[in-house]
Amino acid sequence: MKSHLSALAIAATLSVSAIALSGALSGTAQAGATFDGVKQKGYVQCGVNLGLYGFSAPDDKGKWSGLDVDMCRAVAAAMFGDAEKVKYTPLSAQQRLPALQSGEIDLLARNTTRTLTRDTANGLNFAPTNYYDGQGFMVSAKLGLKSAKQLNGATVCVLPGTTTEQNVSDYFRANKMTFKPVVIEKNEELNKAFFAGRCDALTSDASQLAAIRAAEVQNPNDYVILPELISKEPLSPAVRQGDEEWMNLVTWAFYTMVQAEEKGLTSETVDAAMTSPDPDVKRLLGVTAGNGKALGVEENWAYAIIKQVGNYAQSYERNVGAGSKLKMPRGQNALYTEGGLMYAPPMK
Amino acid sequence: MTNPVQALNSARVRGWLYQALFLACTLAVAWYLVSNTLTNLATRGVATGFGFLHREAGFEIGESLLPYSASDTYLTALVVGLLNTLAVSAAGVVLATVLGVLIGIGRLSSNWMVNRFATLYVETVRNVPLLLQLVVWYTILNRLPSPREALEVLPGIFLSNRGMKFPVLVEHAGHGWILLALLAGIAAAIAVVRYGRRRRETTGKPFPTLPAVIAALLLPPALAFIVTGAPLAFDVPALAGFNFEGGGSVTPEFTALLIGLSVYTAGFIAEIVRSGILAVPHGQTEAGLALGLSPGKILRLVILPQALRVIVPPLTSQYLNLTKNSSLAVAIGYPDLVSVSNTSANQTGQVVEAVAMMMVVYLIISLAISGFMNWYNRRVALVTR
Repeated sequence: MKSHLSALAIAATLSVSAIALSGALSGTAQAGATFDGVKQKGYVQCGVNLGLYGFSAPDDKGKWSGLDVDMCRAVAAAMFGDAEKVKYTPLSAQQRLPALQSGEIDLLARNTTRTLTRDTANGLNFAPTNYYDGQGFMVSAKLGLKSAKQLNGATVCVLPGTTTEQNVSDYFRANKMTFKPVVIEKNEELNKAFFAGRCDALTSDASQLAAIRAAEVQNPNDYVILPELISKEPLSPAVRQGDEEWMNLVTWAFYTMVQAEEKGLTSETVDAAMTSPDPDVKRLLGVTAGNGKALGVEENWAYAIIKQVGNYAQSYERNVGAGSKLKMPRGQNALYTEGGLMYAPPMK
Repeated sequence: MTNPVQALNSARVRGWLYQALFLACTLAVAWYLVSNTLTNLATRGVATGFGFLHREAGFEIGESLLPYSASDTYLTALVVGLLNTLAVSAAGVVLATVLGVLIGIGRLSSNWMVNRFATLYVETVRNVPLLLQLVVWYTILNRLPSPREALEVLPGIFLSNRGMKFPVLVEHAGHGWILLALLAGIAAAIAVVRYGRRRRETTGKPFPTLPAVIAALLLPPALAFIVTGAPLAFDVPALAGFNFEGGGSVTPEFTALLIGLSVYTAGFIAEIVRSGILAVPHGQTEAGLALGLSPGKILRLVILPQALRVIVPPLTSQYLNLTKNSSLAVAIGYPDLVSVSNTSANQTGQVVEAVAMMMVVYLIISLAISGFMNWYNRRVALVTR
């Protein structure tokens, strides 16, 4: 209910952040404050989506799962050796940046696009992209459209509080086309309006369109996602500026999952790999010590991630890939060795 | 003659001292909060200030009373949002008042059917949350047929889930003169009404005001129409591409918000009107009857002027509520001030500035409404002689 009342929600967010900002008079920007704070309280406070199937959504028992949730769990596994030491803060698109800026959360893993403004003026630092997405259009199959270039004069349903509104305006301007936006604050209401026929097209990140289609439509063939992706949406976890130690841990927690996939380590095989002769694997799993000390955590930090969360391929397939309702192909999210963009720097 | 300690014994001096202290404390707290927030925003590298208002907004807005495109500035976008808020609030206030007065009088009706219907209406709309009502209205409007199967309710007027499309007059130079003639007619009508009233008050002779007013309103525009020979061509909406092209339109978002706000607020206004009328003693009606006034005249000349004194102050707060409730528009996609501010805040990341501006604007709108209603209240207030 609360996010219906956007004015209230914003006001509430504002007051929360104003209080947090006022209260934190000194010392919040010191390096290591977040890292030490998390260590002391014993859990990671992770900002996630209110409910986006495949990325972060609670099940009927209230247990969160998804690609972004796995990011939170990986960081907790690295920090405490226990992926369950996470508390989730579901956030609307508007609430997410103030929540991170004010210190309400330690880590934002909420399908957030990395942009220059957010990286600078908004005071965030982005960890490596954990999902390469792009904004697309979904239309009714009955319209028989083949391309987004045929959308001139269309009415388009848009979710606010994201870069999507600007992207869609840019796209139509660049192609000398016009459109009418219908901007509705809440996912469910927006989807209802679209499926009732209020708009000709629904625009969002392609992964979200697939998620909406999987959740709302009886026959997925009734709606098509047009081939054009009109934007680059590198969805990345973010932390506050000013704590390099914390930033490092989040960064390398993600790289561990990618590196594990490249080395063929899964949550099932990682125990057997402890005796592997491969020096890269030995360093990764902490058999050869050093990485853990450099990051300020236990040497078995990467083992804990792989054992409890899995490698990137496992997380992907389970949440958004073939093993899920979304059935998103790996595409750009494949390893660089398979033509994708996922690439972990040397972990030594 | 008084030393400082003695001065403290004076109630006046002490009063001043306490007030000065209180003022100083308030200012100090405000200064602390503002400077602290600014310092911390700066520490975190978050941009502040209102410079973003002059940057290009880069997003489209669904409906606008001004010509607007994505290449205009954030300031223009916010003005578009503000005008949308004012438009739906103004229309809502008028509609809610008309509906509220009718229902309020209906609740006092001796007709069982009318009375019970009005009661049912008031009890239902007052007790269901407005947000739910808005979503229901919006869902109903979205269930209308698609543009291709649009209902043609009157020739040229189409209803679909894209809203109501209607023909508009094609502009012509002669229309300016017709409009001018209409204004002259309105002025003449006001003069006629005043003359009629003065003649009745001084000589006691009635004057046929109504026919004279109708003539004053209709004759000059008709004359101008014939003289200028302006054509009456209409731009009729027609199907093209995804939707209707041409003509004017009212979107489902605006309609749902307008209906929702009016119906909800009318429930409260009805109760205010009822209590206002009941506050006038029955003796006033009997006195009117004794003077030989008709029931209509008793209501119009005796009851309502006295009831207004009771009605106007609570009515003001209903108008304020309606205006502020219009911010629920974000739930159903009407691009009001809050919706546009939200988008601006998200694109620029300057939430503090956007919310501060929204607060100031709503404050100004509310103060303006209550200022006007206070003026009106003084006008209808009992003048003691």
